[in-house]
Amino acid sequence: MDNLSYDIIVIGAGVIGSNIARVLSEYQTRVLVIEKDNDVCARASMANSAIVHSGYDPVPGTLKARFNVAGNKLFPDLCKRLDVEYKQIGSLTIAMSDEDMVTLESLKERANTNGVPVEIINHDRLLELEPNVNPKAKGALLAPTAGIVDPFTFCSHNMENALDNGVQLHLNEFVKNIEDHQDYFILKTNFATYTCRVVINAAGHGAYSLGSIFERFDYKITPKKGEYFVLDHYAPGLVNHTIFPLPSEKGKGILVSPTYSGNYLIGPSSELSLANDHSTDPATLAMIKAGALELVPSIPFTELIRVFAGVRAAPTDHDFHIAPLKKHPNFIHLCGIESPGFVSSPAIAEYVVNELVKPILNFAKNNNYNPTVRPRIHPETMKDEARKKLIASNPDYGEIICQCEKISKGEIIDAMSRSDHPHTIKAIKKRCRAGFGKCQGGFCQPLVARLISEYYHIPLTQVVYSKLGSNIVRYRTKGDNDD
Amino acid sequence: MIKKHYDLVVIGGGSAGMAGAIEAHKLGIKNILIIDRNDYLGGILNQCVHNGFGLTEFKEELTGPEFMTRLSDEVKALNIEYVLNTTVTSILPDKTIFASNREGYHIIKAKAILVTTGCYERNAGAIMLPGERPSGVITAGTAQLYLNVYGYLVGKRVFILGSGDIGLIMARRLTLEGAKVLGVAEICPYSNGLNRNIVQCLKDYNIPLYLSHTVSDVKGSDGRLLGITISQVDEHNNIIPGTAKGFECDTLLLSVGLVPNSPLLRDAGVELSRNKGAIINERYETNICGIFTAGNVLHVHDLVDLVTKESRLVAHYINEYLKGNSIIDQIYRPVVAGDGLGYVLPHKVGTHPLDEVTFKFRVRRPVKDVNVIFYEDNQTIKSVFKPVLIPSEMTEITLSLDELKQFKQTINVKLEQKQ
Repeated sequence: MDNLSYDIIVIGAGVIGSNIARVLSEYQTRVLVIEKDNDVCARASMANSAIVHSGYDPVPGTLKARFNVAGNKLFPDLCKRLDVEYKQIGSLTIAMSDEDMVTLESLKERANTNGVPVEIINHDRLLELEPNVNPKAKGALLAPTAGIVDPFTFCSHNMENALDNGVQLHLNEFVKNIEDHQDYFILKTNFATYTCRVVINAAGHGAYSLGSIFERFDYKITPKKGEYFVLDHYAPGLVNHTIFPLPSEKGKGILVSPTYSGNYLIGPSSELSLANDHSTDPATLAMIKAGALELVPSIPFTELIRVFAGVRAAPTDHDFHIAPLKKHPNFIHLCGIESPGFVSSPAIAEYVVNELVKPILNFAKNNNYNPTVRPRIHPETMKDEARKKLIASNPDYGEIICQCEKISKGEIIDAMSRSDHPHTIKAIKKRCRAGFGKCQGGFCQPLVARLISEYYHIPLTQVVYSKLGSNIVRYRTKGDNDD
Repeated sequence: MIKKHYDLVVIGGGSAGMAGAIEAHKLGIKNILIIDRNDYLGGILNQCVHNGFGLTEFKEELTGPEFMTRLSDEVKALNIEYVLNTTVTSILPDKTIFASNREGYHIIKAKAILVTTGCYERNAGAIMLPGERPSGVITAGTAQLYLNVYGYLVGKRVFILGSGDIGLIMARRLTLEGAKVLGVAEICPYSNGLNRNIVQCLKDYNIPLYLSHTVSDVKGSDGRLLGITISQVDEHNNIIPGTAKGFECDTLLLSVGLVPNSPLLRDAGVELSRNKGAIINERYETNICGIFTAGNVLHVHDLVDLVTKESRLVAHYINEYLKGNSIIDQIYRPVVAGDGLGYVLPHKVGTHPLDEVTFKFRVRRPVKDVNVIFYEDNQTIKSVFKPVLIPSEMTEITLSLDELKQFKQTINVKLEQKQ
């Protein structure tokens, strides 16, 4: 078949799908990404710890260890060229007892095997680095290559770069069925029927059932929910590194970390749940709070601005699944990408494209590939004179929409004018931080809603918060309903 | 055109800012600038289209827009300079102000600053609202803006969490606009709104008030709200199992408190109290000399009339400061709020106050037949009997210069049940 709709269809625009789309756009190949949600980065990719893990923790020899370590090394340069905020702040895994200190030695050995630089530091050095850590701590494992990243723009700028280089993205589209016709697939969605040579299944929680159309797997996915607290960026220095407890059976445990934006993130829990359950509950949050206070006793929970939950697609065999299906070699199946999936994503994408897809399609380099996204402008961090000049050239940058985070109209218009066209309140929030502060959009949400309404020429009643149907206002008080 | 130097810059042109600027002007301060982020003067009053404002300030009952127009007309008549659509992005301890608008980025030096930036609404995150996060869960004030200014209803089947005044007012407004308000849940065993609002906004419309109840679940994934569950709570605010009641609704309004909008002060280095307002002395001056604050950014008031009264008083102290009548090196006696008191203002009183001092406070829960006692060690310096004190009403007690003189180290305030 020569007249296929696409060469490759990527299912899912989370952090994995977005990275794969970007790497594919470096080649001459026709790619469609379909995403069932109303924005990229809408599920587990959005609601996680946003830690660029060092990679000392995964069991040596696993895919997790391989891609975590490789991904960690790709982050600094990738974030620079995609204009994503990234800080290599290092992580500290805290030992609370002499027994824990012995465990640190075995973690250090594991780090050595994985090729990750670490150092065991004593009580005094720990308290010097982190004066607010529990003074009863005996020491810690310092992993200097761990980092923090803006998870939202990391996803959206990966996708933006892919779109700028010719990839297509369809939102609110989901797969209903896939048929393998040997040298091509027929893929039916809620909108259309497509044909393609290669399917890349990066559907997150949906990946298992899509893969199951063709193959029975010897593992299962058990969704695990993690709840978090977000504190305001009230003051720097509560903690300077990502602070972990010792890892356990249940995972890496409840961390306390600064975020790229100077907020503090506390969590997650790890409870079995449904894949679409993003609810929070007081009992779990109380448990997280107690765990976090054990690490850092002075956390000011009075600065709380938000709680949220994310659900990881945890595989029962505890490792990533990244391979073509046995009897359907052109169906690349990515499943069970739980933590450390975020940090692994760029390395997974390079592997998938270069090692799995390229041998099938044998595509040539895209000579017009532009490796960078248009840098964003944030007046609040500019020098006074530069800011004055900017406003003189574009007054939108002088008009502040979000008071808490000091986000200007210019920044929001700029975001909407990009190739991935954020068109929901939440999509704007993820890209520009408008509504991210202590009032949580109480003041700016109506202004952002109006900007979206004006920019896309839709009535205010059609502006949604996130998913289709999540409209903000439903009826006009006077005159005709335009609902 | 914004100048580079002012005697007084007022940040926030709502009722507190305008009343402060007007009073400062009357006292003889002529080089004043009011900065506001909106395209009008008046702040939140613009969306408060109900009446009940102005009974003490203007001796008549006005709507919010009428009240603000009285003040803004006076600002204009007095030719007080003001700039709209302008956001102050930061202030420095040396009283340099950075402000952004479409005309540019402005660096302004002030001799004194009055910060009157009001408050914001406590939201779902801050109260750890359980359940999911659908659209339709919205703070009452934001819904009020959509309704009264933009002309849109957020939904037609509404439940309200919290019996704060904005929630009560919205219960009536939404009912009048054709929405069905299913009920109001209040976690406390008493209402947190003004009594007149309970009667006029709920009882008159047969809207049930569920005391000692809170929202225990929110359904609707991340689409639009589908329904909520409320449950009864015990005296520790823990949910009592088996008391759940479900409501199908498309909107949950949150009226769960207001918080001083003080990050500008915080980032300038002003010390904040636990309620997020600045820590002030008896002249409403923060720990940074020449930075004053009044209105809801200091503490949330019951009525706008109390805001304007406070702000006019502060203008008087700003005038004294600009005249040089400020004793910077005076020793402060901290004011210590005893059990049952939410807060007491001011937080500290100097050894040389200019005038008598009116202390403002709120109780944590309703009390009857109490003496409010100002004391040091075992010596009672002033005791005032109050038959009823409730959290939703701020109480004021004034101590004379003679009474204030008697305190040496600290000014303690406590409630004592009358025998």
